[in-house]
Amino acid sequence: MKTTETPAPPPAEPGASVSKVDVPVSKPGRRKREGTVLNVFSHGVLVIWAIMVVTPLLWAVMTSFKDDGSIFGSPWALPDRLHFGNWARAWTEANMSGYFLNTVLVVGGSLIGTLVLGSMAAYVLARFDFPGNRFIYYLFIGGMSFPIMLALVPLFYVVNNMGLLNTIHGLILVYIAYSLPFTVFFLTAFFRTLPTSVAEAAFVDGASHTRTFFQIMLPMAKPGLISVGIFNFLGQWNQYMLPTVLNTDPDKKVLTQGLVQLAVSQGYKGDWSGLFAGLVMAMLPVLGAYIIFQRQVVQGLTAGALK
Amino acid sequence: MQHGKYRFIVGFLVVPLGLYALFVVWPFIQSIYYSFTDWTGLSPEFKMVGLDNYKRMLHDDVFWKSLQHSLLFALVLPIVTISLALFFAFMINVGGRRRRGGPAITGVRGSSFYKIVYFFPQVLSIAIVALLFQFAYNPDSGAINSLLRGIGLDHVQPLWLGDPSLALWCVMAVLVWSTTGFFVVLFSAGMASIPAELYEAALIDGAGRATTFFRITLPLLWDTVQSGWVYMGILALGAESFAVVQIMTTGPGGPDYSTTVLVLYVYQKAFRDGQAAYATTIGVALLVVTLAFAAIVMRLGRRERLEF
Repeated sequence: MKTTETPAPPPAEPGASVSKVDVPVSKPGRRKREGTVLNVFSHGVLVIWAIMVVTPLLWAVMTSFKDDGSIFGSPWALPDRLHFGNWARAWTEANMSGYFLNTVLVVGGSLIGTLVLGSMAAYVLARFDFPGNRFIYYLFIGGMSFPIMLALVPLFYVVNNMGLLNTIHGLILVYIAYSLPFTVFFLTAFFRTLPTSVAEAAFVDGASHTRTFFQIMLPMAKPGLISVGIFNFLGQWNQYMLPTVLNTDPDKKVLTQGLVQLAVSQGYKGDWSGLFAGLVMAMLPVLGAYIIFQRQVVQGLTAGALK
Repeated sequence: MQHGKYRFIVGFLVVPLGLYALFVVWPFIQSIYYSFTDWTGLSPEFKMVGLDNYKRMLHDDVFWKSLQHSLLFALVLPIVTISLALFFAFMINVGGRRRRGGPAITGVRGSSFYKIVYFFPQVLSIAIVALLFQFAYNPDSGAINSLLRGIGLDHVQPLWLGDPSLALWCVMAVLVWSTTGFFVVLFSAGMASIPAELYEAALIDGAGRATTFFRITLPLLWDTVQSGWVYMGILALGAESFAVVQIMTTGPGGPDYSTTVLVLYVYQKAFRDGQAAYATTIGVALLVVTLAFAAIVMRLGRRERLEF
């Protein structure tokens, strides 16, 4: 972006000098004014949307430091003082700490599982020719466009019969299964772009297929794994529909569910400031991680749609 | 590379494929089967009832309302979100002031700042976003109405989510808010890869900015727009609309069924009303709508691929 800021030597202006040849003299001036008007207009529009995006988030942060009375009395007023007690209450009494722990366990387990299983399946599908290869590939891909809710009705009973309902490991297995379609889709494309010669050389030197995969191919696929890992991390961290159906035990709830639960129960408890503290608490780690790993996150999330 | 090849293939595929088959493929097949039964979900006994569930669905007013709202979600949301995103992305990439001697087309100052900020909602859970806006919409003490009071519009105090004619639009606005940034970043990346000479040539020929957008940017970006459209539509029919409607609206789905959507109706029938078989029937309808939507968008949007 910096390249646009560099001032150029005045005389050289190839674009404009060409346009002077075949259009009336007044044109460059008009064009210049048009450029300025457009520039002011675009900045105006862009700033307005930026304000619209940031205001609700800042408002939530501000509200999380207010007391209950002023949240409802004057929603836009600054807090009279910083009520840090809201945060402490949310963390302990409202069980945000428990929800955090559950989420970390579930997302940690399923992220590792998704990456390992997804890359294994993708590698085989990308690099080996065998009967049924295309069928299995499209079976995985098909899962991306099907409405998950349709499967959730019987899935609830499948999971229940296996004794996995309301368990952390049950939720992990389901998260992995529903993350596989995109992961396999993305990593298959990625493994196809990697050169075959290195793996062949390793194989000639006597490495087994398994060893070639874990010691040669996986390290080579690191950029792809990072992208798809970020994609899955955000998707699983923010997942709401799967746990709502499969994980209804109050002690096992993940963050998103816990917050909704908290919001519902405030109808009679009335600790709204604690709820806002919880909301902000859940927002900040993801926003922070995004700001730090901004480039990778954007790549990870947009890579799928650009393929 | 033949040695032990099949053993390796099977060994690597069996776990992921098994997990996928058990938790994803098998339930899908089952749910289509269940839609022809009278299974309640509460007891293990059920019998085949043929097309009864489908007949019932055709006479179910709430189903038709849900279908209508879901279709509205799938049509309006992608159009609004993608148009807004294209507009912002074009402004970011082309709206810059032309500098003497600089390239004919430049991005605005701070374009990367805008892209970072616009992307914020995308990393937040839709559940958190929905909760946040539920407060903003609160008619008595919510942020929006008190802002309106603050600027002197005391008589303009809509009930927002409490008003059956407004509630659905309020819910949609939240999804627009949370997804536009993603598409801005996506389209920006696409626009940045369009060679500047194309714009320069068009500008020399006297084309305005609007013309360059419709004649250069949009055609060259078409593939991305199309896949974004399908992606957004699937989200709007499925998970995202479930979360916002279930969390934000009264009922959920109210007031007076004004915000109910197919995915929420499936959930309520199965897990609230104990009518699992009927729920899968509505789910099959949702599946048909989703696949039809994807097919129509891909079909309508088919054009010759432009290489540049």
